[in-house]
Amino acid sequence: MSQATAASVAVRAVANRRRNYARRYVWFVIPAAVVIIAVILFPWIFTIYVSAFDWRLGGERRWVGFANYKQLFTDARFGWAVLRTIFYTALAVMLPMLLGLIAALSFNRKFPLRGLARTIFILPMMATPVAVALVWTMMFHPQLGVLNWLLVQFGLPPSLWVYSADTVIPTLVLVEVWHWTPLVMLLILGGLASLPVDPYEAAKIDGASPWQAFRYITLPLLAPFIVVALIIRTIDALKAFDTIYVITQGGPGQASETINIFLYLQAFAFYNVGYASAVVVVFFILIMGLAALLLWTRERVRMT
Amino acid sequence: MVGITRRAAFQGGAALLVAPSLIDRANAQSAFDWRRFRGERIEVSVQLSPRGTMLQQNNKEFEELTGIRCGLEVVPEQQHRQKIIVEYASGRPSFDVTEISLHVNKRQVGKARWNTDIRFLLADSTLTAPDFDFADYGEGMMTYATQSDGRLDTCPAGADYFILYYNKELLAAKNIDVPTTWDEMYEASKRLADPTKQVYGHVGRGVKNANVVLWSSYLLGTGQRDMIDANRQLITDTPDAIWAGENYKKFLRDVSPPGSIGFNWNECQTTFMQGRAAMWVDGIGFAAPLEDRTRSRIAGKVGYAVVPRGPGPQHHCALFGAGYGIPEASRKKGPAWLYIQWALGKANQLKWLVSGAGVPARSSPFRNEEAIGRSHFPRDFFQTLEASAKIARAGLPEIVPVTQFRDVIGSALTNSISGADVATELKKATAEFRPILEQSERET
Repeated sequence: MSQATAASVAVRAVANRRRNYARRYVWFVIPAAVVIIAVILFPWIFTIYVSAFDWRLGGERRWVGFANYKQLFTDARFGWAVLRTIFYTALAVMLPMLLGLIAALSFNRKFPLRGLARTIFILPMMATPVAVALVWTMMFHPQLGVLNWLLVQFGLPPSLWVYSADTVIPTLVLVEVWHWTPLVMLLILGGLASLPVDPYEAAKIDGASPWQAFRYITLPLLAPFIVVALIIRTIDALKAFDTIYVITQGGPGQASETINIFLYLQAFAFYNVGYASAVVVVFFILIMGLAALLLWTRERVRMT
Repeated sequence: MVGITRRAAFQGGAALLVAPSLIDRANAQSAFDWRRFRGERIEVSVQLSPRGTMLQQNNKEFEELTGIRCGLEVVPEQQHRQKIIVEYASGRPSFDVTEISLHVNKRQVGKARWNTDIRFLLADSTLTAPDFDFADYGEGMMTYATQSDGRLDTCPAGADYFILYYNKELLAAKNIDVPTTWDEMYEASKRLADPTKQVYGHVGRGVKNANVVLWSSYLLGTGQRDMIDANRQLITDTPDAIWAGENYKKFLRDVSPPGSIGFNWNECQTTFMQGRAAMWVDGIGFAAPLEDRTRSRIAGKVGYAVVPRGPGPQHHCALFGAGYGIPEASRKKGPAWLYIQWALGKANQLKWLVSGAGVPARSSPFRNEEAIGRSHFPRDFFQTLEASAKIARAGLPEIVPVTQFRDVIGSALTNSISGADVATELKKATAEFRPILEQSERET
């Protein structure tokens, strides 16, 4: 047998072994594949399929192709819902990020009863969103709520909180900030605990001010943790539904109707499942785009 | 004198001994057999309300009466409406009996023929207890529950009338009579307001969707009365509809607490219960907590009256209602029908009335003076009920997309509270909803 033939036989043997290996263990993949197909892939394909119908529960089902998508892009109510979602998400991400960072820096310092203070700070995060929303609803009541009572005690005029179209979104963001700032604090505090001390010692010897140490050492080293917190917060804020639904149901009027509330109304109040499916598909594309952007940012941060 | 022989005496004695068992057997044949489905199990789904809670508390009574095991689920109103529609549409609902809000889901359920026609069950004497007495149901409720094609796919359970609640103490303090027209009520509300004490003349629903029934209460007092005409066309931008909208706007903007734009019935109820509003127009089903001394600051001071009149020739109050139905897909229609007979029987309906849990669809509870006399509700409550029953008229149009109707018109009304022009808003909302209604009617 020539050397070339022997080599090719050896290559084939390795390939066969690999094939056999794959064949032998393919059964282990099947349970996971079945679950993924059943709970992720099939619902997605079915949603896309349903979005091509004019279909109201209990009524006729009519094939309309892309008509639901066309209607969506001319639906002013949907457009406003998108804008409100962007506004709400921007506020509900930026404020907890800023406050969470300040809180993490504060709790990273050593002071008496620090453990107790940290525990108290993270308590809101443990509460159920619906229960939180119900309690805040009572507190926002313009005549009987405790918040207006407090404002009046301090000589300030009462506010309409969620009972006014002008203040409803900032007020809902207030609940979100109260609820989720502790999570951001925890993530960043974890990052702070893992930072090396050498760069700070070197900076101190070089005469760096505390601000310079923070700006040029802490912040760059914390960046990966901040980006992780940013991704988690953005996803959470985008999918916010329970708090908004319980407190305002999208009102007053449509003043706090985000995409999620719009979608819920179409699907479960108007039973317009075809149109609601189109909303889901478009919302999914928007989220995928945003997730890709955030992941790209994370990669860039990691590389720099 | 005829002598009694020993043989005759023995025969007579034997006959007397056997007689009780013969009578028992004869009774068993004539009496209704509640236990014919014993050992079976049914699932029941009702809305969370004092009625639902009462059924839950007395579930054992049904199980002992029939030997049927009953799984009862009580779900908050809005979620219940959505849940049952999704389950019906799946073709295999998990329940054998469910509560239907007639003012929301009647036409949708009827159009899809999701429920069985209970007339066939009623006609079956082996399945319907002789004392169920279907004639006891008032004509109004029967008409309300019957579908346009004559099918009766729910058994009427209860009604809800919009009435006027007022704080007797606040009205008496300013020597104001109970208003009988909307104009009088508006003027009275202005006089009753005391912003320094945060007391307002009126409180009412402002939140979109829920607010439509307050607007329709005003509309019912006009010559037009309805929201769709005889040709099933939308008439929500007519002069009468706009008058009702203007009335709504002035009540909610001028004489209601700030923030009413976000008030649903529960915020209104809390405000009224705390003595912060003198008058409130809403469903009679919300009366029970007002008279609860542990929760209400105005228990014993609440007055009840029929809703004021409008400018039209007729006087109406808005009517809403619920019925219990059996899904066509249920395989346990017999046991399910027994449940409905028990749940909506005379005894339970009387309990609803005297405890303030709801207004029964039957008329016999209203004639039970003795039970009414024992109730902790004042006389004027029952008088208002009786008077409202006579002038009740559907408070929402009988259409399939009624929730969307409430959403679109409700948004227009909410915008008007913020200062928008009523006519412009109602015309815009009508134009938006008209094609939705037309499509729905075409499919029907």
